[in-house]
Amino acid sequence: MSPILLSAAVCFLLAGAVLCAMLSRAKAANAIGGIVAVVGAAVAIASAVHALQTGDETLQLPWSVPFGSFHISIDGLSAFFILAISAVCALGGVYGVSYLRHYKGKNLGASWFFFNLLFASMLMVVTAWNAVLFLAAWEVMSLSSFFLVTFEHERQEVRKAGWVYLISAHVGMACLLAMFILLGGQNQVMDFDQLALPPGVSAAAIFLLAVVGFGAKAGICPMHVWLPDAHPAAPSHVSAVMSGVMIKTGIYGILRTLTFLGSPASWPGWWGWTLLVAGAITGVVGILFALAQHDMKRVLAYSSIENVGVICLGLGLWMIGSAGGNTIIAALGLIGALLHVWNHAIFKSLMFLGAGAVVHATGTRNIEQLGGLLKPMKHTGVAFAVGSIAICGLPPFNGFVGEFLIYASAFGGIVGLGGSAPIACLLAIAALALIGGLAAVCFTRLFGIMFLGEPRSEVARHAHEAGVSMRVVLWILAGACVLVGLVGPLVAGVAALAAEDLLPSTGLDIGPSLGLLWRISGASAGLIVFAGAFWLLRRRLHAGRPIEKAGTWDCGYAEPTSRMQYTASSFSWPVIDMFRHVLRPTLTRQLPSGPFPGRAHLTSRTHDIFMRFFYVPLFAMAQRLGQSLRWVQHGRNQVYVLYIAVTLLALLLWKLGTEQ
Amino acid sequence: MIILASIIHVVLALSLSPLLIGVINRVKAKFAGRRGRPLLQLYYDLWKLLHKGAVYSTTTTWVFRTGPLVGISAVLVAISLVPLGRVPALAAFDGDIILLAYVLGLMRFMTVLAALDTGSAFEGMGAGREVQFSLLAEPALLLGVGALSISTGDWSLSGIYGSLFSDGLAAVAPTAVMVAASLLIILLAENSRIPVDDPNTHLELTMIHEVMVLDHGGVDLAFIQYAAALKLWVFCALFVGVALPLQMHWPLVDLAFGMAGVFIVAMVIGVIESTMARLRLLRVPQMLVVSAVLAMIAVLWALR
Amino acid sequence: MSILTDLLMMLLVLTNLRMLASSRVAVCIQNVAIQAVVLGAITFSLSAHAAIAAGVIVVAISTVAVKGLVLPWLLRRAMKGAGIGREIEPFVGYASSVLIGAVLLGLCFVIARPLRDTSHAGASMLIPVAMFTILTGLFIIISRRKALTQVLGYLTMENGVCVFGVSLAVEEPLLVEMGILLDVLVGVFVMGIVIHQINREFDHIDTDRLSVLKD
Repeated sequence: MSPILLSAAVCFLLAGAVLCAMLSRAKAANAIGGIVAVVGAAVAIASAVHALQTGDETLQLPWSVPFGSFHISIDGLSAFFILAISAVCALGGVYGVSYLRHYKGKNLGASWFFFNLLFASMLMVVTAWNAVLFLAAWEVMSLSSFFLVTFEHERQEVRKAGWVYLISAHVGMACLLAMFILLGGQNQVMDFDQLALPPGVSAAAIFLLAVVGFGAKAGICPMHVWLPDAHPAAPSHVSAVMSGVMIKTGIYGILRTLTFLGSPASWPGWWGWTLLVAGAITGVVGILFALAQHDMKRVLAYSSIENVGVICLGLGLWMIGSAGGNTIIAALGLIGALLHVWNHAIFKSLMFLGAGAVVHATGTRNIEQLGGLLKPMKHTGVAFAVGSIAICGLPPFNGFVGEFLIYASAFGGIVGLGGSAPIACLLAIAALALIGGLAAVCFTRLFGIMFLGEPRSEVARHAHEAGVSMRVVLWILAGACVLVGLVGPLVAGVAALAAEDLLPSTGLDIGPSLGLLWRISGASAGLIVFAGAFWLLRRRLHAGRPIEKAGTWDCGYAEPTSRMQYTASSFSWPVIDMFRHVLRPTLTRQLPSGPFPGRAHLTSRTHDIFMRFFYVPLFAMAQRLGQSLRWVQHGRNQVYVLYIAVTLLALLLWKLGTEQ
Repeated sequence: MIILASIIHVVLALSLSPLLIGVINRVKAKFAGRRGRPLLQLYYDLWKLLHKGAVYSTTTTWVFRTGPLVGISAVLVAISLVPLGRVPALAAFDGDIILLAYVLGLMRFMTVLAALDTGSAFEGMGAGREVQFSLLAEPALLLGVGALSISTGDWSLSGIYGSLFSDGLAAVAPTAVMVAASLLIILLAENSRIPVDDPNTHLELTMIHEVMVLDHGGVDLAFIQYAAALKLWVFCALFVGVALPLQMHWPLVDLAFGMAGVFIVAMVIGVIESTMARLRLLRVPQMLVVSAVLAMIAVLWALR
Repeated sequence: MSILTDLLMMLLVLTNLRMLASSRVAVCIQNVAIQAVVLGAITFSLSAHAAIAAGVIVVAISTVAVKGLVLPWLLRRAMKGAGIGREIEPFVGYASSVLIGAVLLGLCFVIARPLRDTSHAGASMLIPVAMFTILTGLFIIISRRKALTQVLGYLTMENGVCVFGVSLAVEEPLLVEMGILLDVLVGVFVMGIVIHQINREFDHIDTDRLSVLKD
């Protein structure tokens, strides 16, 4: 039943996409695109809920592609990801309808075609049960998102971002091809239930290929370099979908590949260490670069990289716990990671959609020109504040629940595991704590400079609130943050259902751990109740007393201007300076000089160090090698025919000459 | 019996924490040869502030008015999680150290946002420094508790502190000493004491915590000052648990020793404030790195 | 007595950290003096359960006297003569030095595991701490610029070697111990004179500026 529903959803989305493409520039294309996305999402959610209740089901249709078969199956893990994908795509679709309305002269039908295609391909990716089907859906997902990213292709940086994205997606694809060929090359049909480790193939090679290939999509360091360029270049609803759910398909891929490699207890310990260390580095580097950016969407893109690092920390703890034989620790790590997948989808889409509202209202993405937006944009501001608190993992919202489970797994590992595993757990704790502190710097900076204080430029002074449909989406997502924070254990129960296949099923009782989550919910509820009580107390005390308004006192400064406020760069400069060996910021300055100084300026830039010191030199070297072979291309077709003739002669001589 | 001790601990914390500030100020005054303020001065100040009206800046929004509320709610949750010596906390559970650290993080987050809301350079400066220092203090705190967790095999704060010295002093002495030193540095940093910050002045050179609350007044300022006193109690209780190796087996006697310990810690803070000068701001991250390294050494020792 | 030994070992580790973290030369000299006292105390506390031989008492007292009193006095005189009070701009920053110190301590714990059986009872943790002291001394010589601080690094290394010797269950003859001590004394004396001469000739004792002599 549920696979049929899912296929129906996919077909509906594809049909709707084609309809939008045919409508091209008509005004209706916008509305129809959104409606198609919402209806498709509803059907997909229904199928996922049904699958969670009734268990695995499969659908198999004949398909004449070699090695391939149209085989879909929805198990717990797939259903979990379907729910996240559908919810975010539906909300993004509703938001996109009013967001795209302001793009005059663009082919909105084509954009909605690719949006619904992306949605459909993501659904296929998480439910495909055949390697060829999986890879086909993966490729469609990469290509449709490429076209969505290059929506504003008349701008040069958008073209460049699309190019970098295309290259990294295909490098990842190459790794995945190699991996699937290694895994299933001998089989007639590469169905997932027949894929297992063939003899003579090293499991370590499969694991590493999976981490690199899927990590390129997820954004694990050092394969993350496409994220900070692609997400700001795309329109905001696309960024939300890409950051919220598309990079999670990479995580899904890693988990699914691990199911082919035997039971968790049989994996070598260094796999867990690899994921844990990669997660720690990704998390810290991601958030460090986030707090050095001026473009609000780049900040959010780097923050996505950081959250992928946190998810990998959870996965690493899962693998280390399994290798150590302690299933509770493993379960907590895995459930925490899966819960963080959902939580991140919620609050990252919230942040990107909120940023989209700000861009829509002010026309700029540079936070140094904003300020004081909370007064004109009340609803967006509240939603953005909820998102900022949630993304830092602070109680009472949902970010804390997932991170608490990962911490609990690490602390449990310290007391419960032997050998060198406690060191890994301590590394995880230190990394998570450092990431949390850096995230607090980053998001107080982002929210504070954008929404608080005085406007720093004219565009900020003339901002207006977003439209109703955009606001409704923001309210829904903010409400989800609060709700999941309060009923964390219920959501964790769903994640536990999703994780069933990856955990040993005998003797696993996560009841006490869920009990801890109820304590957290109690504390969150207590926080809200206390805050409410103190608010009432203050109102009671203030009744009948003079409440006045004046300018900011600020120790008696009489004439503050908006330019005297702290800027974003000044706020984070102490931290950037502390970590300058990692960040390598560049300063260009022209200082005031002489008795009557003229203009002076100071610019600070922080480029991605992996781009600057690894990829750019690598590709430059490849280009130089290519240049050195340019002599082969003469441009004269006689010489090309000569090449063909020589090759033909050589082949004939080799084949027939050696026959004797 | 134990529950009674925990409840009494919370009640005493709520009522006596402003007295801690009074003790610190009295010690400082004695060092300076003055008579000093009354020990109950903070109570008088809170009473006065609660009776005032309010002046709000036109630049500020609901964020400014919410900061103090969230701060005091967060620290109330923290008080119910922290044990005092061998007396367990009121709402202890496995992993409560994480909730404690993050709830104090929430308090800091909202205070920083309230500071940025005023649109002034001073508050922005204090906010920037505050987030920089706390990003180093949190890993040190969690690593220190991690070291204690390895030594005792427990991962609830009350469980760790309850059984820390039950096997005798020799086994955990070096770990406990290292963690205590690390916690002392974190206490000084998080509660804006010298050598990290000067709680008496609002000058540019010493601005971190005090300047973030520059524009608050009246009832809001009362909430903020009370929350700061409670936060000091929380950190003193954490320190006393590690530094005081006494284990009686009657909860009320443990409670009494814990209380005495907290007030002795307040006096020690007063002595430190009187004998040290404020560090250059460039040195404060180095000091916090030393605190983290002390916690790391405690971990290495516990793992041996 | 093992709790006393444990606390003394912690104190030794802390003095090493203090050495790595401080830029003032006077503090580093004080550190070396404290290390010498701790060394003498460790010698006592380890042999507390057995009968204390006269040789041990003599060695301990002379160590404390020479390394804790005479050498610091010599070095303070050199410091005043050269007119320096602080180390400026070392090759590795202070916060990074402290973090590297923690990593070195971890490495020493890992390296010293196979060596545990060869030590005194109750002194098995002394070996990693001794190795840490040696590595700290080496690190200070490598990462600091002023010649005087490098001499202090050498002394720290010496202290580490002494602690290492104490922790092994080998009793050295009294003459050898005294010889080593005399060696150290004369060495530091000579180094102090050399520093004084360098300062007189070049007006500074920055070793990296002295590299122009290599032609």
